[in-house]
Formats: sequence, C-alpha cells, structure tokens
Amino acid sequence: MSLILILEQILNGLQFGVMLFLMAAGLTLVFGVMGLINLAHGALYMVGAFAAAAVAGLTGSFVLALIASLAAAAAAGALVEVTVIRRLYDRDHLDQVLATFALILIFSEGTRWIFGSFPLFLDVPDYLSGPVTLPGGIKYPLYRLAIIVIGLVVGAGLFWLIARTRIGIQIRAGEADREMIAALGVDISKLYTLVFALGAALAGLAGALVGAIQSVQVGMGEPVLILAFVVIVIGGIGSIKGALVGALLVGLTDTLGGIFLPRLFTLMMEPAQAASLGASLASMLIYILMAAVLLVRPSGLFGGSA
Amino acid sequence: MGRERLFNLAVILALLAVPLLALALDEPFVITLATKVAILALAGVGLNIALGLGGLVSLGHAAFFGIGGYAMGILAAHAQNYEPLFSWPFLFEGSNQMPLIWLVAVLASAAAALVIGALSLRTSGVYFIMITLAFGQMLYYFAISWSAYGGEDGLSIWVRNEMPGLNTLIPIQFFGVCFALLCGALLFSARLAGSGFGLALSAARQTEERVETVGLQPFKLRLVAFVISGAITGLAGALFADLNRFVSPTMLSWHTSGEIMIFVILGGVGRLYGPVVGAAVYILLEHLLGGISEYWQIFLGLLLLGMVLFARGGLIGALLGREVAHD
Repeated sequence: MSLILILEQILNGLQFGVMLFLMAAGLTLVFGVMGLINLAHGALYMVGAFAAAAVAGLTGSFVLALIASLAAAAAAGALVEVTVIRRLYDRDHLDQVLATFALILIFSEGTRWIFGSFPLFLDVPDYLSGPVTLPGGIKYPLYRLAIIVIGLVVGAGLFWLIARTRIGIQIRAGEADREMIAALGVDISKLYTLVFALGAALAGLAGALVGAIQSVQVGMGEPVLILAFVVIVIGGIGSIKGALVGALLVGLTDTLGGIFLPRLFTLMMEPAQAASLGASLASMLIYILMAAVLLVRPSGLFGGSA
Repeated sequence: MGRERLFNLAVILALLAVPLLALALDEPFVITLATKVAILALAGVGLNIALGLGGLVSLGHAAFFGIGGYAMGILAAHAQNYEPLFSWPFLFEGSNQMPLIWLVAVLASAAAALVIGALSLRTSGVYFIMITLAFGQMLYYFAISWSAYGGEDGLSIWVRNEMPGLNTLIPIQFFGVCFALLCGALLFSARLAGSGFGLALSAARQTEERVETVGLQPFKLRLVAFVISGAITGLAGALFADLNRFVSPTMLSWHTSGEIMIFVILGGVGRLYGPVVGAAVYILLEHLLGGISEYWQIFLGLLLLGMVLFARGGLIGALLGREVAHD
C-alpha cells in the first residue's frame, strides 16, 4: 500500500463528500428554514441528471447540460413547492414523510414513463477527460478533480449567499422567527419557494455531475438521499457548516473504509474471509459513525437543540 | 365505537371470505393475494403500535421485516442443504418448522429493535425519522454484501416450511396460518392499547411532560413499544419470505419501510384495523392499476398525496368519520 494510493483515495473521498454536500445543503436549508423533511430531494437529483443527459444528447455541450440540470431541477422544485410542499409546512412530520414519499413514486415512475427503464449515459467532455498529474506524481482523473473544484466553489458561493447577501439575511431570519420577518414585510411564501428551488438546483447539479461518472437512471437519487440524511444528522439539522463537515466525514469514511478495511482484516485472517467481512463492515461504517456521533451529541456536531 | 367495531368485523370477515370463495371457484391465485394481504397487514399492525400508539414515525421497519425474512431464509437454507448452522454448544442444523422459525424471527427482530430503538429514541422528531431510515439502510447494505447468504441475489428455498398438523403447500391452509396470526396480533394490539401500558404510551405521545410528572419514563415506554412493534413486523417478514419461498435485500430496502407505512396510513393511523384495510386496498390497487398501466405507482403516488393533503383520517376515517379518540 503506497502513499500515492492513500492520497488518491483521500481525493476520491473528498470528491464524494463534496457531492454529498451539494445534496445535504439543500436538505438542511429546507429543514432549517421551513421545518420540512423532504424525501423527494433525491428525485430532484434525478431530474437534474436526466435533464443534463437529455440536453447533452441534443446539443453535445456539457456546459449547457449543467445549466439545464440547474434550471430543470430548480423549476421542478419550484413547481412542487407551489403545488404540494407549501401545504405541508404546518403539518406534522408524518404527513411530510408520506407526501414526499408519494412525490418520489410520481417522479420515479413519471421519469420511467418518459425516458424508459434503460439507463442514459452522460459523457465527460473531452477537455475534462483523462488523467492529470498532481504535484507529488499522483495521476488523478481530471473530471473528478473538476467536481471537487466545482463543489467547493458552489459551496463557497452558498456560504457567501447565506452570510453576506440580503437574501441570506432573510433566510437566516426565517429560520429564527418566521412571523417576525413576515411582519417586517418580507414575502415569506416567495422566500420559501426560492429556498426550495435553490436546494433543488444544488441537488440537480450534483445529479448531473455524478451522472457523468455513473449512469443516469431512475432511482439513482435514493441511495444519495439517504447518505445525505446521514450527513445532516451527523452535522446537525439546519446547519450548513454541519452539512459540509458531515459530508466530508461521510465521504472520506465511506471511501477509505471500503478500501482499507478489507486490507486491514487480511492482516488478521485468511484473505477470502477478510474480504467478505471487510466489505460487510465497510458498508456499515458510516452508520456506525452516525450512531457514535449521536451517542455523544444527540443533535449532531453543529446542531442546536433537537 | 359501535360502528367501528361492526366495520372491523366486516373487514376481517371479508378477508376470510374472499379466499374461501376463491377456493370454491378454484382460483388459487386469489388465495395467494389474500395471504399476501394478511401478511402485509400483520407487518402494518406491528408498525401501528409504534406509529399509531406511540407516535414514533419509524421509517426503518423494513429492517425488522427483513430480519424476519432472513431468519426464515437462513434456518431453512441450512436445513435443506444439511449444513449445520453451528455445532457449539450443541449441533443445530437449521429448521424447516414454522413455529421455531417464527420464534427465531421474533427474537432476532426484537433484539434488533432494542438496539436500534435504544439509539434512535435518544432523539425525536425529524432526527428519529432519519435515524431509523439510516439504520434500516445499514442492514440493507449489510445484506447486499453478505455473500454467505446470497448477497444481492438473496436466498431461495425449495419447499415451503412445515407446520405441525397442516400441509402448508396447500394455499388455503397457509392462508389459514397467516390469518390466524393476524387475528392474534389484532387481539393483542387491542388489549395492548387498552392496557395501562398502552394508555401511558398514548399519553406520552400527547403530552410527554405530564407522563414524566407522574413518574413514568417515556423513553422506556417507547422502547418497549418499539421492540414489540419490531417483533410483530419481524414475524410478518418470516411469513412473507415463506409465501415467496425467497428472501432478498429488497425486503430490507427503505421502499419496503415506506410501503408498510402506506398500509397503516391508507387505512388510518392509530385505527386498530387500519393496516388490514390499507394492505387490502394496496394489493387491490396493485392488481387493478397494474393491469391497466405498467406505471401504476404514479396513481398510487397521486392517491397517497391526495389522501395526505385532503383526507387525513385515511380510508376508515373517510368512511366512519373521526370518532375514535385519537388526539
């Protein structure tokens, strides 16, 4: 096991973590501001990926595909917010879970209806394909590096938006006291639609970026959704900073665990047994991490009171 | 209460009458459907104890359903292949006897519910939902990577397991077994709701502080309810695997958790017979709409959405009104 391999895996973990952050940021914003648990967030990720694959297929442009993913997911998010989600803000979590689960069924089957059951493929553009040599002699796929950079840039933009802009102030005020900012003349329902569409756009972008590495298919958003839940539970629901830290923790733990646990077990037992036990345990690692965090801090690393 | 009791009686008699009628008309497939309804309703009755009575929105009950299924799969697979499951402290070769399988399924899912519950109940609200979901998913991925028992492909058994005194290969007899267990669980559930424990649990759902003030511990009440709930759902999982003679990670997936929750909600949360009505309607829709369109789940989604937004008492609530003392 060489240092280069370890560094490569750390980069992979970072890339995975950054993608998770794009997903988790929307979820945690929507929960923090509107108090809504949105299971359909993964469906918006899927919408982004499909929109990107369709536009890339028509135009051949990857940049247009990414723009389409943002636009389609934001539009789908805004539509869903206006028609369904806004009726759920005052309901209990059970109703929110059910209604958004129903939305998953509608989105998944609707997408299957339009695009069929076969996966679509979104190609990495030429100018981003192939490996790049990093300082230290590590060869790493350029596209994955680009994902890390895009993710970090978007993340930084989000922090700036929340911390420095007027919209950000309104969003934070909405988290703290929704009646008060409504009384101060902010159109709260427009703000909610905006926040929801923003979260959706981030999820859609993540879907498109990951769609170029994996295949674009119905149901692709659900495993990511559940990981994003793990992320925000670890980070503390409602906290963007928590989402970032949680996402990187989960991304790194999952990637490094999957590679190194089987190897670690090989030191202690025979290879076949070690491989299967290592793989089983590695698949559970992030949940064990989550349980450990909860034992120490039931409301997550950066959460207030649950 | 009179009207609801009458309605409940009608529901359970209908569930009994349909397969008997199918037997007379020689329609074995309908008997299988009715068996499926009884089993899924049983899973829902389990969830309803946590959800309806305890107010615990668990999105991870597939874990217990799947553990029950795997208990059946593992015991039966060892018995059919003559490979001992373990040889210490005594030789155990697996089993194809339903009562023993059920016992193992109930104990294993109760143990899992104890661990998951003890961790998840430290939190509440939306955290609880996400954490139960995550633990369910953890077991799902574990099952996928557990190559000794089929991994992603799951486990098949050749012959349905045996029940002393019955021939479970005959559909109506297996239906009878499942129906009897469902009735048992419904009776148990009704007794539980009316018992001191059930009342305290309901009170903890409504106003936690008052329950604490009189010296009861909501955490303990909820944990016990969660364990009972998981155990019943686990039993249903063992039966479901036996019905299909197959168990796979799909039983553990979070879609299964969502579906079990849908059974409870379609019927009406906190209604004793809600899961029976919900499971029956779900299976009926699956077969009616599934025959019309491959994409029937769109309609299921729309129906569910409409139900949540506009008819909150579920089907029983829509039929009978909100007369039950639920919140």
